[in-house]
Amino acid sequence: MREIRYIKAITEALSEEMARDEDVFIIGEDVGGPGGAFGATRGLLETFGDRRVKDTPISESAIVGLATGAAISGLRPVAEIMFADFLAVCMDQIVNQMAKTRYMFGGMYTMPVVIRTSCGGGLNAGPQHSQCLEAWFAHVPGLKVVMPSTPYDVKGLLKSAIRDDNPVLFFEHKALYAMKGEIPDGEYLVPIGKADVKRPGKDVSVVATSRMVHQALEAAKVLSGEGIDTEVIDLRTISPLDKETILQSVEKTSRLVIAHEAVKAFGIGAEIAAMVCEEMIDRLDAPVTRVGAPFVPTPFNLENLYLPNAGDVAAAVRNVMEF
Amino acid sequence: MENKEKFLEILYLMVKIRRVEERIDNLFAQGKIPGFLHVSIGQEAIAAGVCSCLDAEDSILTTHRGHGQALAKGMDLNRFMAEIYGRKDGCCKGKSGSMHIASKEDGVVGSNGIVGGGLPISLGTAFASMYRGEKNVTVCFFGDGASNQGTFHEALNLAALWNLPIVFCCENNGWAQFTSQKRYMKLENISKRAEAYGMPGVTVDGSDVLTVRGEAEKAVARARAGEGPTLLECKTRRWAGHYVGDPQKYRSPDDTREAKEHDPIARFAAFLMESKYIGPAHMDALETKVKSEIDEAVAFAEGSPVAAADELFTDVYA
Repeated sequence: MREIRYIKAITEALSEEMARDEDVFIIGEDVGGPGGAFGATRGLLETFGDRRVKDTPISESAIVGLATGAAISGLRPVAEIMFADFLAVCMDQIVNQMAKTRYMFGGMYTMPVVIRTSCGGGLNAGPQHSQCLEAWFAHVPGLKVVMPSTPYDVKGLLKSAIRDDNPVLFFEHKALYAMKGEIPDGEYLVPIGKADVKRPGKDVSVVATSRMVHQALEAAKVLSGEGIDTEVIDLRTISPLDKETILQSVEKTSRLVIAHEAVKAFGIGAEIAAMVCEEMIDRLDAPVTRVGAPFVPTPFNLENLYLPNAGDVAAAVRNVMEF
Repeated sequence: MENKEKFLEILYLMVKIRRVEERIDNLFAQGKIPGFLHVSIGQEAIAAGVCSCLDAEDSILTTHRGHGQALAKGMDLNRFMAEIYGRKDGCCKGKSGSMHIASKEDGVVGSNGIVGGGLPISLGTAFASMYRGEKNVTVCFFGDGASNQGTFHEALNLAALWNLPIVFCCENNGWAQFTSQKRYMKLENISKRAEAYGMPGVTVDGSDVLTVRGEAEKAVARARAGEGPTLLECKTRRWAGHYVGDPQKYRSPDDTREAKEHDPIARFAAFLMESKYIGPAHMDALETKVKSEIDEAVAFAEGSPVAAADELFTDVYA
């Protein structure tokens, strides 16, 4: 095992997959010389050349469209959309084209595209550079949505995403890029569609995503001092949803809190809550509770007030324990 | 007479496209075909002229008005018709219908229901050819209306920048759905925009199949040689409405009458006759052959079953 930063784990995954498969190429704004806005692709141009590391104009629809056409032709593009907010700029190419190509043409093509993007707040980047928009894409059949929270997961999941024959929206949290964590020395994969119990517990289940996994773990530590044993599940993949891991946990704890950084209203927390209620409402000892951002854009000045944190998770857990 | 075989093939394609479109129109009126249909009657010279310059390995992307190009690129008429019917033996297993016709083996990458939606995708098929060191060309068909989408700008800029092997073929029929060209753009010739991206642009009479073919040949050769894309604008006329069943209240009868004065098939047939490529009996024989092919395709489509219920859930993910 060795320690590595989240951002470097991404670079390693890209580099290993490019070395492994000649059909893998990288495309995006400033991914070549500058190595990406956050440095995820740093060094790849030098290693693999400008045939396989493609700098583009600021043209998000062209980037995603090119990736879609290249995948139709059998290549395996990894596109970088600098900020998740910019996915809105190329929504047609993602939702009407890339996501539906396989289905509407009767299975004629596979669509092995990965769109890497940076989401989330914490850098005072304001309303157009801080959003968590994973629910938009999880709502579209044909797409897979992945949201890793650790260096280990981000590397293993990115490698799996590149090898997947379906379009994968890969949400990296920009506040996690500098985070360090352990990874194995050799090659490994983390499967898409499989949640991970980051902390086992018996009293209450907290299902969290991305940065909120760490907030949930911090909350669990505090809560354990209060005699509450919290299980923290890192969803890792939003779609396809790992229902089994969630249901097994709730079967054990009978209490469920869902924590995501995205706006709480109409988010994936609602989907998980509804799913659990449909499957096992008779097992619940307390209402399913969601932690998420308020229904406002991400503010520049009051971001700390806006972002859900460990205190919010702990408060939600206490509420369901006291119910 | 070295071109005779090619000319007769082009004439056959044009007649086939028109008669297929007419039959589809008729079948829709009988309630046999569901959904939204857009026919290309009057625009046959562009599909036939451009696709006659392409090899089997070349790719095309088409639009909601894409029946003609798909057939001109060599799609099997039976599987085409079964798809229009939404049947199991259709080229997309019945899942696409008229608006999303595709055929991988014929290089018909796909038709698109979003105006301008195919332009960025054409970058990718062309890029893949270049990436692999192949010489295949992509033709991206789109309408005049699509030239005002942002995707047009993004695609043409990037294609020119990277010298991608693409021919951007604008079928300018003067109508963006219900709105005429002079009501939505200041320019008369869309090809003029090519200069802004650093690529050649040319406007041709899209009712004249040999002119279309001549310019398309140059553009395809340029793309194949690695010299980059061309914007080829073909001025044409939409004889029918935007969709099958469109009452066209927005359009004057004079405009429709004028459109029908430009008949690419009559024009090409007259040329072939004058040049002695065909004799007086040729057209009747051709019509008979085409009719029998269409009859067979309709019978094939109607004999094909609707998809089983479990098809609802297949092909969402690989």
